[in-house]
Amino acid sequence: MMTLDETLGSVAERVAMAPPTDAEAAAAWSRVQLARHPQRPRTLDLVTRMFSEFTELAGDRLFRDDPALVGGPALLDGRPVMVIGHQKGNDTDSNIARNFGSAHPEGFRKAQRLMRLADKLGMPIVTFLDTAGAYPGPAAEERGQAEAIASSIKLMTGLRVPIVVCIIGEGGSGGALAIGVGDVVIALENAVYSVISPEGCAAILWRSPDEAKVAAAAMRMTAADQVTLGIVDEIVDEPGEGAHTDHDATARALKRAVVAALARAAREEPGELLVTRYARIRSIGAYRETAVDAARHRTEQNLRDRIGRILHLPGIGRRRWSDVWRGAGDDDGEAEGGA
Amino acid sequence: MPIKFPFSRRRSGPSDAWTKCPSCEQQVFNRQLERSQRVCPTCGHHFRMSVGERIDLLLDRDSFEERDAGLESVDPLGFHDDRAYVDRLEAARVKTGLVEAAVWGYGRIDGHRVAIGLFDFRFMGGSMGSVVGEKVARCLEGALVERVPAIVVSASGGARMQEGTLSLLQLAKTTAPLERLDIAGVPFISVLTDPTTGGVLASFASLGDVIVAEPRALIGFAGARVASGTVGEELPEGFQTAEFLRDHGFVDLVVSRGELRATLARLLRVLPVSRAGMTADEADRTRGPIGVISGLAERLGGAVSEGIGIDDREATNGDRPVPPARVRTDR
Ligand SMILES: [Zn+2]
Repeated sequence: MMTLDETLGSVAERVAMAPPTDAEAAAAWSRVQLARHPQRPRTLDLVTRMFSEFTELAGDRLFRDDPALVGGPALLDGRPVMVIGHQKGNDTDSNIARNFGSAHPEGFRKAQRLMRLADKLGMPIVTFLDTAGAYPGPAAEERGQAEAIASSIKLMTGLRVPIVVCIIGEGGSGGALAIGVGDVVIALENAVYSVISPEGCAAILWRSPDEAKVAAAAMRMTAADQVTLGIVDEIVDEPGEGAHTDHDATARALKRAVVAALARAAREEPGELLVTRYARIRSIGAYRETAVDAARHRTEQNLRDRIGRILHLPGIGRRRWSDVWRGAGDDDGEAEGGA
Repeated sequence: MPIKFPFSRRRSGPSDAWTKCPSCEQQVFNRQLERSQRVCPTCGHHFRMSVGERIDLLLDRDSFEERDAGLESVDPLGFHDDRAYVDRLEAARVKTGLVEAAVWGYGRIDGHRVAIGLFDFRFMGGSMGSVVGEKVARCLEGALVERVPAIVVSASGGARMQEGTLSLLQLAKTTAPLERLDIAGVPFISVLTDPTTGGVLASFASLGDVIVAEPRALIGFAGARVASGTVGEELPEGFQTAEFLRDHGFVDLVVSRGELRATLARLLRVLPVSRAGMTADEADRTRGPIGVISGLAERLGGAVSEGIGIDDREATNGDRPVPPARVRTDR
């Protein structure tokens, strides 16, 4: 067996293999608590502060409107964007109405409908992730929860407009990723992102939900960890003790980051946007690769070149996004000025 | 040079032992189970299959050429519950003789060349981490490169927790190539076997152009326990079975194991593979450049001029109505 001396997609330095210490568990858990803080700004709290003329649209045109996921067109410094986000409530009544931000399939299908509209009209998309996960109930299963998430992810990989993803609270598993595939991923300082809830992970691997704190640390779900793993691009600092202490300041800071990200995206050729996005998605993961057979490797060596060709299939990225965004990269001095 | 899959025809467990059918509770002689493609002769219960058994079942004899067998998992998070992740991996390797929970390669079904990925549930519950995601993505890209249909036979509990969000993002990695298959016109057949749940179902497995499932296979987004526990609702009859998904419009065909190979062969006969977007070199090996350009024109209409660069040297060569062309592959 021949080692290629090539670890593709390798990420963070290896850390000592030991269960998280009590201190690590406590630190990770305090982030989870902040991400779930009842007064934390929710999607609509931020959207109304960051954008003007947000016009919420309703329904997936198939079944019903899902209040756990909101979206619609708005203006960002006068330029049109499509805004989509999970929506938690901020008290018991509104949380029940919003299903605690856990969408049914129709929520993700509403998101898809809005994304297609954005693609049609050439509007960049800004998404807000804040969900414990997609709803796992029988009705959601009957209506195809897995299919709804999968379709949404697939759609986002091919949209010809820039997508900026903001993880503002809990980024919970497939329900988060369903609106979380993008060109730039921004996380608020105390946001978390995970493949399963720490309680769920603890129940399965530790056989005790009480070990959720340890599981939270083991899964490395904080925003800073996500930067290390190459999944989040930048972190936006939160004011004071956390975003819940000052919604206005949080919105201002996040807006600056979103405007700058869109300005960068607008400088890129539309065809390149999809190539870059594909490469980004494709590169995430950590593994070791050795050639099992040298002869085979020679014949397959140009697979990467061929993949390059795959990325340039005709028909991809032919449409440009709205003209008002074409020039947006030229004035980011003004844009960086913020809210 | 083709690599022969080393685990083909290897059986797990001694063949003189008995296995109790979880469905009808009859004792089944293991050798009989092998002969009956691991289907209970009494009640028709479909036992899970290893990758090797699945290859024997579906592919033409000795046609499987494994690719990317050298992909191995690492432990990016330093994950440790009551056991270290690296120890769990090693135990799974010893138990199954496999390197990871999935393999992919090229093979033939009734003479049709396909790119095929297969899961083995025995390896950490068929969970999808970075390596499994990479293999599925390369399988789909392999189908695209050769313009052959893609097939993935899933058996997975979902994303692998021990790799955290790196596993979650494999949902995007395995799904992104499907967008390219759509543009290129290459079919993808998803085969769901017991069980296919969680992140695998919430990505490529639910997105087959045609979705085939084995009878009574457990197929669902969340575990049934989670689904009922969360809301305390009564679960509908047959909840999360292959038949339930077919009746709700998410599976095309529920096919018993004895018919699976013939069904895939039939699908491969009726689902054409487009040659659009192939380079001249690739097309020369298959249908020739004229076919490529006319096929492209059909598919893309007015967009052809934008998407295809005409090779200057050849284009000035004459006034043929359909110039030999190559797809521009440079930027
Ligand atoms: Zn039986």
